[in-house]
Amino acid sequence: MKHDFSKLQEIFDRYPKTSQSLISVLQDIHKEYRYLPCHALEETAKVLDVPLSKVFSVSTFYNAFSLTPRGEKVIRICVGTTCHIRGAGQIQHQIENLLKIKAGETTEDMKFTIEVVACVGACSMAPVVIVNDEFKGGVKVSDARKLIK
Amino acid sequence: MIKTARQLDKLRKECVAESNKHPKKVMVCCGPGCLANGAQKISDEFRKLLKKKRIRGFSVEAMKETGCHGFCEMGPLVVIEPDQTFYTKVKVKDVEEIIEESIRKKNIIERLLYTDPKTGEKIERYSDIEFYAKQKRIALRNIGHMNQCDIREYIALDGYKALAKSLTKIKPGDVIEEIKKSGLRGRGGAGFPTGRKWAQCAKIDDWPHYVICNGDEGDPGAFMDRVIMEGDPHSVIEGMIIAAYAVGAHEGYVYVREEYPLAVVNVQKAIEQAREYGLLGENILKSGFDFELKVSRGGGAFVCGESSALMRSVAGEVGEPRAKYVRSVVKGLFDKPTVLNNVESYANVPAIIAKGGKWFAGIGTPKSTGTKAFSLVGKVRNGGLIEVPMGTTLREIIYDIGGGILDDRPFKAVQTGGPSGGCLPESKLDLAVDFDTLTEAGSMMGSGGMIVMDDHTCVVDIAKYFLSFLIDESCGKCIPCREGLYQLHALAVAISEGRATEADLDKMEQLSEMIVIGSLCGLGKSGPNPFLSTIKYFREEYLAHIRDKKCPAGVCRALIKYEIIADKCDGCMACISACTQNAITGKKKEVHILDQEKCDKCGACYAVCTRDAIEIT
Repeated sequence: MKHDFSKLQEIFDRYPKTSQSLISVLQDIHKEYRYLPCHALEETAKVLDVPLSKVFSVSTFYNAFSLTPRGEKVIRICVGTTCHIRGAGQIQHQIENLLKIKAGETTEDMKFTIEVVACVGACSMAPVVIVNDEFKGGVKVSDARKLIK
Repeated sequence: MIKTARQLDKLRKECVAESNKHPKKVMVCCGPGCLANGAQKISDEFRKLLKKKRIRGFSVEAMKETGCHGFCEMGPLVVIEPDQTFYTKVKVKDVEEIIEESIRKKNIIERLLYTDPKTGEKIERYSDIEFYAKQKRIALRNIGHMNQCDIREYIALDGYKALAKSLTKIKPGDVIEEIKKSGLRGRGGAGFPTGRKWAQCAKIDDWPHYVICNGDEGDPGAFMDRVIMEGDPHSVIEGMIIAAYAVGAHEGYVYVREEYPLAVVNVQKAIEQAREYGLLGENILKSGFDFELKVSRGGGAFVCGESSALMRSVAGEVGEPRAKYVRSVVKGLFDKPTVLNNVESYANVPAIIAKGGKWFAGIGTPKSTGTKAFSLVGKVRNGGLIEVPMGTTLREIIYDIGGGILDDRPFKAVQTGGPSGGCLPESKLDLAVDFDTLTEAGSMMGSGGMIVMDDHTCVVDIAKYFLSFLIDESCGKCIPCREGLYQLHALAVAISEGRATEADLDKMEQLSEMIVIGSLCGLGKSGPNPFLSTIKYFREEYLAHIRDKKCPAGVCRALIKYEIIADKCDGCMACISACTQNAITGKKKEVHILDQEKCDKCGACYAVCTRDAIEIT
């Protein structure tokens, strides 16, 4: 995948160039490219003067980071406790079935990514599914088809 | 820029006057629940129409986008002050009518009022609704009464008054004494006395000291801290400055969870406002005290709610906890003495300083003083955010405030304390909730998530759910936690699939004991709790899975079947189109047939059937 890496410098300039800025820098890179491209990690290691292994370790430790590109539509299924007891597991199963991928994966045509998130704090409208940034509350298993249109 | 306490008082008068300019105000709830239900569109509509219409004594500024009112189940909410008129489930098309009837005139729109489920009566004022009547708000005192994170409105509501009092009239040591007197215990879950923590940090001669606010609200099913950070970040900032003054810190961090983007934005905005007004920075209110505050965004790791892991994360590292024999008040952030408190704890501090520790200690129970915010969610009728005095019973919370169980189903359990907590059964409903009673009963306070479960919730499934959560979130440092929880989960899966024996239960109990002893941090030490508390109170249900290969709640997929009840099926074909496996066949107006071989038990047919013609056996 080809990227315009000219934005990287701008991101690096936002923070002091110390290892303490590592997570913030990675978050901004993730926001820009919607995942962490390999080249960006190498650059980050150089600029912040931290070993690439540490950059990799931090990138894989936190759930907020993905090392693979994500699809056009990111379907985030909240699997917090409330959503779970109100049927989030069934919804996840159904969406996975329909898209023929598992949570954390992206369809081959790069259209959809399924992600699960442990609680987005909108428990009173559980179960919640977030399509890109739009919240859908009170979702039923039978709504799965509509969600992936 | 405010330079002295006197200037702050003068500004307060201006802010109060600004706020009194409009006797009538409209509060549009923009809490997480209401926003997700379209509150932003309602607020935009108000703004659009109010600009067009001219109403005497009322303008766009009298419409506030407030933080969470708490009654999320009824959202989007619109409240008209000072009459306390409470409109529920408001839609964009209702806005014009509200403006014409309730703002221009004084009429009440009956249709939008809340109906008491017990009496069937419409209730006009929110303070008359049982959901609100039994609450007492200290940490959430301002939320719902002002625009989210507006420093002028915060000041008008006596904001930063406690800060001025602390910096100009009280010595750091006496601030700590006041907090000690209040009996405030950490609202993050462990319940460590806040005053004692501050005192320990203050006396250590190793500089600089730091203060941190833990806003990494990771417990699934809890959103109190989110609401405070979004709706009233200034109360947290004020609490932090007071804490910093008390322990001699000049730098602080607010660690906010990445999953709460609005909280990140609002806390950041509030910090900038406070700096602009001279309440952060150098020589605050001419006291000679300097303090700077920064936001640190979390990366979505549950373990970072643990203090030592959080501090490593602030430092830009992988959030792995360390052993606790060196406490963070001695060696915390960057190995320097650090006070770390939860969002709600800090939000309580200004109220304590303003009204006195004795006042706070008079609320709640002797050992757990004050109030506690809970997110009351799950299978409860009036789900939402509440704050009650410590010592309120579970029954009062669930039945009086919460209005009982959804669809009047039987109560089964209430889960408190997140993944480290446990499930309490009906026999514990009269338990007065405080830090110690919950721990004694085998659960814990945790950060305040309270998830109500009915008879359609399977406890084996719940244990399995939390264990799978913890496997994902274990940092992997200690083997008992990393491998032990993994095995515990595998055994729970075996039970849920009917493959386990009773000997496996013993194995699970032994394994749990080993994990508790052998793990370093709270995540591992309390990891087996979801299993231990459910086996303690619901052993029969485990045995039903093992001996009878049945899931009484109808949840565990391997042990249930969906069946069509011929007498009830009217052949509407809804289930046929919902089924993704083509497992249901039949013609219109004829009884449908479900092929068990093809059925993958997704439950879609059950969800769409309006005739209750599908049963789980």
